Amino acid sequence: MTKPLLELRNLRKNYGALIVTDDVSLSVPEGEVHAIIGPNGAGKTTLIHQISGLAPSGSGQVLFDGQDITGLRLHERARRGLARSFQITSVLPGFSALENVALAVQARSGSSYRLFGNAAREPDLNGPAMECLNLVGLGSRSHVLAGLLSHGEKRQLELAIALATEPKLLLLDEPLAGTGHEESRRVVEVLRRLRSRTTILLIEHDMEAVFSLADRISVLVYGRLIATGTPEQIRHNPEVRAAYLGEEEMA
Amino acid sequence: MTDIARMQSASIVPPAPRIERVPLILFGALAIAPFLAALSGAEGYVLSLLCRVMIFGLAALSLDLILGYGALVSFGHAAFLGIGGYAVGILASHGMEDALVQIPVALAASGLFAAITGTISLRTKGVYFIMITLAFGQMLFFLATSLAAYGGDDGLTLPSRSLLAGTTILKNDRVFYGFCFICLLGVYVLAREIVSSRFGRVLRGAKENPTRMEAIGFHPFRFQLLAYVISGMMAGLAGVLLANQAEFISPSFMTWQRSGELIFMVVLGGLGSLHGAIVGAAAFLLLEEFLPEILHLASFMLSSDLQSRLVENWKMVFGPVLILIVLFVRGGIMGLVPGGRHD
Repeated sequence: MTKPLLELRNLRKNYGALIVTDDVSLSVPEGEVHAIIGPNGAGKTTLIHQISGLAPSGSGQVLFDGQDITGLRLHERARRGLARSFQITSVLPGFSALENVALAVQARSGSSYRLFGNAAREPDLNGPAMECLNLVGLGSRSHVLAGLLSHGEKRQLELAIALATEPKLLLLDEPLAGTGHEESRRVVEVLRRLRSRTTILLIEHDMEAVFSLADRISVLVYGRLIATGTPEQIRHNPEVRAAYLGEEEMA
Repeated sequence: MTDIARMQSASIVPPAPRIERVPLILFGALAIAPFLAALSGAEGYVLSLLCRVMIFGLAALSLDLILGYGALVSFGHAAFLGIGGYAVGILASHGMEDALVQIPVALAASGLFAAITGTISLRTKGVYFIMITLAFGQMLFFLATSLAAYGGDDGLTLPSRSLLAGTTILKNDRVFYGFCFICLLGVYVLAREIVSSRFGRVLRGAKENPTRMEAIGFHPFRFQLLAYVISGMMAGLAGVLLANQAEFISPSFMTWQRSGELIFMVVLGGLGSLHGAIVGAAAFLLLEEFLPEILHLASFMLSSDLQSRLVENWKMVFGPVLILIVLFVRGGIMGLVPGGRHD
């Protein structure tokens, strides 16, 4: 087995008396597509926040690429190759789709303290940005303001932004949330293309998508991981079936 | 894939910037104004009024750089006018009257003050940022009132305008006008360059969505701090000019009302266009100057008693006029000009 790219060791977090992350340990090897599923309120988004650095952890460790990153903040983790998308779409609405992505390219190439020279005209930024847009299927929409894109297109744009940072690990918080059937088919298609480029850890409610994409799945219930395994193992795990009983039909 | 990207990248370079009308007209008008002023018969008055317009335009422009592009509502920006002004006054009272000494000192002092106060205030957001910048502005105001050696409350009259490389050419009103014009134009061009640069793009991005910027690896704080320092130095330069224009410096340069007026000028002209701030400053100062006369003319049918009371209380009209413009004209005065906003 390849070395783990991401390793969570006994991660905990609580809001007052409410324990939202309860002793979570998990390791994601390089190249894997790992999905975290669980009923609403299981603490999935909080866990992603803890991994990405948006929310501090109560105790435990987050190891990324062999280094302890528990104390690092969101932007510091991003610089180390940890990119994330948000459950509620987060783009720069007043920037064109291309500029949204070009900014992410800019973040990893050269100094951003340059006060001169028009950044919007730098081919070294626009070229790779365009490549990412094409990869997610937004090439023809590069000049549209991000705020004017459809919801599904914004989700695709978020993927392009994350990709442009050349991440080692892509953290996706419900990439299909709120998308229509056609849109979600397109995003799944994009994710399938990305799996050869980067390691992916995603949260998703769409079971069909999860079971078709993921190499391994972890199930989070009330902040605790109750099972980790291949889609086949998870499908037949009695504890998982119990947790989901009456919630959703397993695919 | 790469081929497609290459093919497309040819078409993704935005079209060459067309020459924009508003800045062209604005700076064109300011450039020919002194020639018209010479014909008006009140040259001294017109030049001095327009110098004030340019100086406050410069200060408002510096504020627009952080307010319009960074959403940082600094309510203490007049402090930098004061720092620039006192740099001139204090140095002059020690015999250093050359602008080539005074300006670098003023810029360094403004930059240092911005770096220190910015490091502290930028850790807060929203209304707390407004309050803390106000507090720093007030601190400096009271410091100035206690500077007994330099006039304290009463301020300090400059012996004369600054020298320029040992010459007294700035004492000529036309030359001083030209000097203000060059400063304003230079800072405007510099600011335009900054907002479209890599740095400016990060600043604008952090205004739109700071979390998104952090998620791609930017720490907005550092960019905002540098923008705050640059903005403070620009306003410090305006302070140098203002002291020379008035040939006087006092704590009143940096009252909080002055900071409020600067914000008003920016909003009045239109946030986030840079030249809008200059237009806003011009509209504000010219209205302030001429509203009493306009009211006098407009109220000719009223009895002379009412007329004189109206003129006396012109601010009762001034306030509502400003509020109505801000309320009903989206994007300030620039919002009225087709194509007046460039981003």
